[in-house]
Amino acid sequence: MAELQFREAIKAAIDEEMDREEKVFIMGEEVAEYDGAYKSTEGLLKKYGFKRVIDTPISELGFSGIGVGAAMNGLRPIVEFMTFNFAVLALDQIINHASKAGYMTGGQISMPIVFRGPNASAGQLGATHSVAYDSMYAHFPGLKVIYTSEPDDAKGLLKSAIRDDNPVIFMESEQMYGMKGEVSDEDDYIIPIGKGKIKREGSDVTVVAHGKMYHVAKQAAAQLEKDGVEVELIDPRTVKPLDLPLIVESIKKTNRCVVVDEAHPFGGFASEVGFLIQREAFDYLDAPVQRVTLPDVNAPFSKPLFDAWLPDAKQVIDAVNQVTYRN
Amino acid sequence: MAIKIEMPKLSDTMEEGVIASWNVKEGDQVSAGDIIAEVETDKATMEVEAFDEGTVLKILVDEGDAVPLGGLMAVLGEEGEDISDILEGAGDGGSSSSDDSGDQEKAEEDDKEKNAEEKEEKEESSSSDSSTSDDGRIKASPLARNMAEDKGIDLAKVDGSGPGGRIIKADIENYKEEAAPAAAAPSQQFESLESKEVKVSQMRKTIARRLSESKFTNPHFYETIDIDMKPAIAARKQINDANEDVKISFNDIVVKACAIALTRHQYVNSSWSDDVIKQHGDVHVAVAVAIEEGLMTPVIRHADKKGLAQISSETRELAGLARDRKLQPEQMEGSTFTISNLGMFGIEEFTAIINPPNACIMAVGAIRDVPVVENGEVVPGKRMKVTLSSDHRIVDGAKAAEFLNTVRQLLENPLAMLL
Repeated sequence: MAELQFREAIKAAIDEEMDREEKVFIMGEEVAEYDGAYKSTEGLLKKYGFKRVIDTPISELGFSGIGVGAAMNGLRPIVEFMTFNFAVLALDQIINHASKAGYMTGGQISMPIVFRGPNASAGQLGATHSVAYDSMYAHFPGLKVIYTSEPDDAKGLLKSAIRDDNPVIFMESEQMYGMKGEVSDEDDYIIPIGKGKIKREGSDVTVVAHGKMYHVAKQAAAQLEKDGVEVELIDPRTVKPLDLPLIVESIKKTNRCVVVDEAHPFGGFASEVGFLIQREAFDYLDAPVQRVTLPDVNAPFSKPLFDAWLPDAKQVIDAVNQVTYRN
Repeated sequence: MAIKIEMPKLSDTMEEGVIASWNVKEGDQVSAGDIIAEVETDKATMEVEAFDEGTVLKILVDEGDAVPLGGLMAVLGEEGEDISDILEGAGDGGSSSSDDSGDQEKAEEDDKEKNAEEKEEKEESSSSDSSTSDDGRIKASPLARNMAEDKGIDLAKVDGSGPGGRIIKADIENYKEEAAPAAAAPSQQFESLESKEVKVSQMRKTIARRLSESKFTNPHFYETIDIDMKPAIAARKQINDANEDVKISFNDIVVKACAIALTRHQYVNSSWSDDVIKQHGDVHVAVAVAIEEGLMTPVIRHADKKGLAQISSETRELAGLARDRKLQPEQMEGSTFTISNLGMFGIEEFTAIINPPNACIMAVGAIRDVPVVENGEVVPGKRMKVTLSSDHRIVDGAKAAEFLNTVRQLLENPLAMLL
């Protein structure tokens, strides 16, 4: 095992896949000469040259279109967005073309493309730069959505994403790029898409949290342990397809569930998981499923308001106390 | 201006009252002081009077249904008055109007959800203490429902500890069946009685709660003593023969003997109160009276200072009131010791559960014809066994024995009671 930063794990995955398959290339704003806005493509230009590491203008719709066209023609592009907050400009390409081309051509066209970059809020960046988009992309058939929480997951899953013949949305976080973690140094380390992971075993309550919220939930679990509550913490890693069996099996053991999600509440990941749990694990539930999400309010800029807006460990603890009837 | 009539607090311990009967119907005119309903509380059936005058606009609770303290029972007002506002609020069991006007601008949806839930819970918990709601539906988590089914537990018998009385996993795990189910029946066909569910009355709830608490909290121990009743039998005959209008019972004599013994053994005449043991200065003896739906314990106050005739007449009067469910709370409160007598049923001896907050209860058995040895010869004897249940936090074995010996001495020498 090697200890890597999140950005190093991302870079390692891209590097290994570019090395392995010549059709893989990366493009986006600042990915080449600047080594990536967050240094997650550091050294790739030097190693693979301008033909496979391409700086683009600030034109998300344009370069996403180039990516989609390249994928249609057999290449395997990785399109980096400086943040998924900017990818809204490219939604026509992602949703109308990338997610539907294979379906509309009866499978004649495959779409091996990865759209990646940081997702959701990253401190005081204001309402337009703080949106968690994973639930929204997961809404659309034809897209796979991954939002990982730790370097090891990021590496194994990004490699899977690049090898996948379908469009994959791969999400990271500005606030996690510097985060270190043990990464498997197994040769050609692959984590299959759609496989979640129990990151902490417990018997009292299942907490489902992915992406940045995994770390909030982990903090809550450590606090709750002191109070004698054993949290089983599941990181689904892949938002879609969701590893529902893993969650259901856990609930059969714990009988209670809290879903922590960085998105707004209406029609988000937490609502979907909550629905699936009541359908698949109804007879095992001892309390209604609770969720911790953003409020139905845009991100505030002010620091105190922002802190109140973003889910924190206390909110998770409150929800756990509610489902375990401890309040 | 319409007036709400809410369930009043008719005894110190009542949490809800069952409408035994309505004396008025919608449209009736009432004046202040009119008795509008009779309410069955945990202790007695009591009258509810109107404090205002007006027309009965609406009766919200049917006879036989329970209403929590402060819950809306009826609305008085002027004929034709619009009371929709009051009726809309009726759902929250008459609790003070919910304050959700503040923090409106805080549109945080999660909080809103929580508020809504809390409000719901309040409503639910105030409308019912047990896990059944008014429509008779039992609230249980799906898991609890399944567990109960697997274990063959009747959910109606389980108290729910979750919000609104919801039965949850822990309630099923902690549930103890009162009696083990009978062994598998042979394949023969038998006529069976109709199986039915009997609604738990207020009195049964009170008995269940108080006696469970007593038995599970107070460390009980039991001592039995055999008493020669020949002298008491002779004394009773003399008294009853001498006075035509007096008819004292053996139980009256036992009450009197205990009352005197209690003045000499004050530690038995006491109550546990965590930091202190309260040794009562007065002797108030409760007598358990069996009635149709259960059991009541009217109190003979200052039994040590009263003569047998007075004890006898008071006991008879109180027992009659108890059977008619007309005992007032003050006639059942303040006991310092309790006597339970099953002698008339031929029970030789038994152990009773202490009647809180007493320290002891004495269980009285039947007077039996038994052979006894007197002066080396077997002769016919009359014996009665009494068993004292004591709370070991207050009374120790030797102390309880001393008390019982005093009781025996008094019963075996009835004249001593005159001292």
